[in-house]
Order: sequence, then C-alpha cells, then structure tokens
Amino acid sequence: METNSALRQTPLFDQHKKLGAKLAPFGGWLMPIQYSGIIEEHNWVRGSAGLFDICHMGEFMLEADLAVSNFDFLVTVNLKTMPAGSCRYGFMLNGQGGIIDDLLIYKIAEGRWMIVVNAATSDGDFAYLKGHLTGPFRLENVSGALGKLDLQGPLSAEALEVLAGAEFKKLRYYTFGYFDILGEKIIISRTGYTGETGYELYMPNEKIGRLWEKLLSDKRVRPIGLGARDTLRLEMGYSLYGQDINRDITPLEAGLERFIDWKKDFTGKEVLLKQKEDGLPRRMVYFAADSRRSPRHNYRIIYKGRDIGAVSSGSFSPSLGVGIGMGYVADNIALGEEIVLSENSIAINARVTDKPFYKKGGAKSGDAR
Amino acid sequence: MNIPDNLLYTKDHEWAKLEGDKATMGITDFAQHSLGDITFIDLPKPSVKVKQAEWCATVESVKAASDVYAPFSGEILEVNTELNSHPELANKSPYESGWFAVIKISEASEKDKLMSPAKYKEYIEGLSK
Repeated sequence: METNSALRQTPLFDQHKKLGAKLAPFGGWLMPIQYSGIIEEHNWVRGSAGLFDICHMGEFMLEADLAVSNFDFLVTVNLKTMPAGSCRYGFMLNGQGGIIDDLLIYKIAEGRWMIVVNAATSDGDFAYLKGHLTGPFRLENVSGALGKLDLQGPLSAEALEVLAGAEFKKLRYYTFGYFDILGEKIIISRTGYTGETGYELYMPNEKIGRLWEKLLSDKRVRPIGLGARDTLRLEMGYSLYGQDINRDITPLEAGLERFIDWKKDFTGKEVLLKQKEDGLPRRMVYFAADSRRSPRHNYRIIYKGRDIGAVSSGSFSPSLGVGIGMGYVADNIALGEEIVLSENSIAINARVTDKPFYKKGGAKSGDAR
Repeated sequence: MNIPDNLLYTKDHEWAKLEGDKATMGITDFAQHSLGDITFIDLPKPSVKVKQAEWCATVESVKAASDVYAPFSGEILEVNTELNSHPELANKSPYESGWFAVIKISEASEKDKLMSPAKYKEYIEGLSK
C-alpha cells in the first residue's frame, strides 16, 4: 500500500492544490486525477486544448554511436533508419519477449538520443540500459531536472503559438524540434496520448511552473488530470503500461506488432518469431458495451458461455456514451461477435470492435500519410 | 458539503427522507462528490424487497462501480427512471431530482440506526481527517 508521504510530487504540486485538483497515487507519484470532472475535462481536450502535468515520466539522455554501440539491439525501434528530429514509439523487451517498458525515442542528432519512459518503470529502465549497453556510451537520467507538459486538443497549436511563435506548427506527427519559449530552447514534439493534435513540451523544472501558468492563462486551455488522460487514451485503444502490457506480455499478444521492425535484431526477437509460428496464447481484443455500463479491469470475458479471458482496461467512453474496453482472450474472435463482460452479479453485453473507438481525433491531421 | 436538515443518513452515504411509512432515498452530496462523474445507475426493480444496509443499487462512475445500500428494509414502490438516461442528476442534484427510489418501510424502528444531519456532518468531518 502506497502512503501519501512516500509519494513523489511534481514541481507543479502547489498549482494543482490551488486549482482544487483531486490527488491520488500513480506510479509512485501523487498526481492530479481530476480538476473540474473527468467527463468535462475529456470533452475539453476533444474540443479545445487541455494541459497535462506529465513531469512524473522519466527522460534519459544518451550519447551512443550506433556503429559501435548496441543501443539499437535493446529496443524494437529501428534507430538506424530514424532521421534527426524524428521520434518513434517502441519497446524494450526482455529475453522472453515480454515488455520491460514502452517508450518514445527522440533522435536529437547523430549519436544523440532522448528516451522517454513511464514513471513507475523509470528507475528500472535506467538500470537496465546502464547494465546492457555496450560500446562507448554516455547515459544520463535527467528525470529529476526536466519537466514535461502535454498540450493536447484541436486548438493546442493556436494556444501554443502565442508563446512559441509559428515555427513549431510545421512539425509533422512524430517529429520534434527545439523552440524558444520563456527564454529557453526546449524540445517540442508533435506527439501525445489522446488522439488529438497535440504537443509534448520538455521544460527544465525551474521554468515549468511559469510555462504551466502562461499556457493556462489562455482561455482555450484548461488543466486536465490523469482520469481524463486515461479515458482519452482508452478511446484510442492505446495501451497503458502496468495495466494492458507488462513484462509477461509480448507486443504480439498486445496487438502492437507494427512497432516492431523485423528487419533488425533485438532482444527477445527469437521468442516473438516462434510465437508468430506457433500462434499466440492470447491476444488483445477491443469491445464496446451496448449500454452505459462500463467494464472494469479484471472483469471476465465470456464468449458463447465460455470464459475466454479478462478485461485489462475498461471505462465509460465520454465521446461514445457507452462502456468500452480492451482485454486478452485465448480464442480468435471475430469483429462484431457478442461477448459478456462480467463480475459477480454484473453482466455487460458488448461486441468485439476495432480500435480506435474514437475516430475523429486530429493527431495526424495535416500529414501526408 | 450540503447536508439537508430534514433527512437521515447512513455511514455508507445514503440519505432517507421519511414521509409516514415511506422513505425516499438517494446518495449524499459527499458520496457524489467522491465518486465523481456518475455514468450509470443500476436501480432496484419496483416491488423488490430490500433490507437495511444491504444492496439496493449500483452506481458507476468513470473510475469505479460502487454498491448503494438500502437505508430501510421494505418494498421498493417507485424508482427514478429519469436516472436511466440522466445518471448525472445524482451529481447535480443528489437530494432532489437525483433521488433513487421510494421504499415502503417494513421496520420503522430501523430509523434509530440512521444518523441525524448533525451526526452525519461530524461523521464525514472525521473521515476527511
């Protein structure tokens, strides 16, 4: 059991209290879960722009020349094909193909990288990289000094332009650059976890409070807690580490094969290839309820009277007005099939569906893809 | 926290309004506030018999599903069907348009197990310490 006194606080903790946020433990941190209410905040991100305190996540700076370092072998991302100024999502796997963490890798310049990892796994990831990197490298954990804000929503570019000028608006999905804000040159990437057009801003802790307040002084921008962050990502079918994916689950089981580059070698590859050949013991499916009832973590998934798996994430979807979720099942089950999600006396009728649940997000808009 | 003077309260944060041998019930302002946005309410069926402090409804919020317990034993006379399409009424107006059900009370003495407004206020102040 986590006690509040053992929890870490972000540099914005006082701001959250001032805003009347409900605070709760997440990944070892005491984080804002909601301000005005999860549904209102969720809808605000879908319709305007929301600001998230993401200072709990970890960032590592790495200098490693791929010609002599094995960094590329430690991740599923093909680093060798990345241009400078691009970022990619992928995994660090263990020898069994299980996911040590999902991460975002930024290529700053030849041989220079920023790695962004989950809060709860940050220290473990750092130790893993330190222990497994070979060849000359320089690895620094800058999590304690570097803050992160996510600005997400259809009006996020307009709101950010007030502070950052117009140059950053050229950024395409999954690219980044250095831009001047409040006298600092900071990384802004066009990435996010909501499905909306949005940006992630990496600002030194000393100035993160000012950045937070400046952005919130714009009427189009409101603070958003982790509660809405969860419903937003679930509507997109994005996985949450520790809940939908973990060390015992492979990316293939999680339906995340597209983040694996088979043309290269990486830790865990043989196991994944064997899984592809033998068939998966379980696979991720997505489902929507026929009512406002929400499936929850660990509810059983029943198909034709048989228990075939469990819900990993479930919630009410503010955009769709029904319960939605994802979970692992042992069977191959077709889209449109009827299932029941149950726990004790609760039985929710649902159908297997496709992701994303929410299809109007503008995250990739303006891109030529 | 809004705690109307004319109601009785349970330690599970239900309220009851006594009118003769009937009690209207719902969840308190404290309950709706801690649950957050309510997205679904599973109400008992009319004519069902409920028992004091036992299950009578389930409230789902974005974050969790929680049981609601009957403040009195008796028979369900009526339920607030408006909550089927507008569960958020329990957030906006927990003591008025967000009421859950009317119970025909079978044990009037059960009243003694409920808290007065003053007692309930003291009780929730103790919880937030």
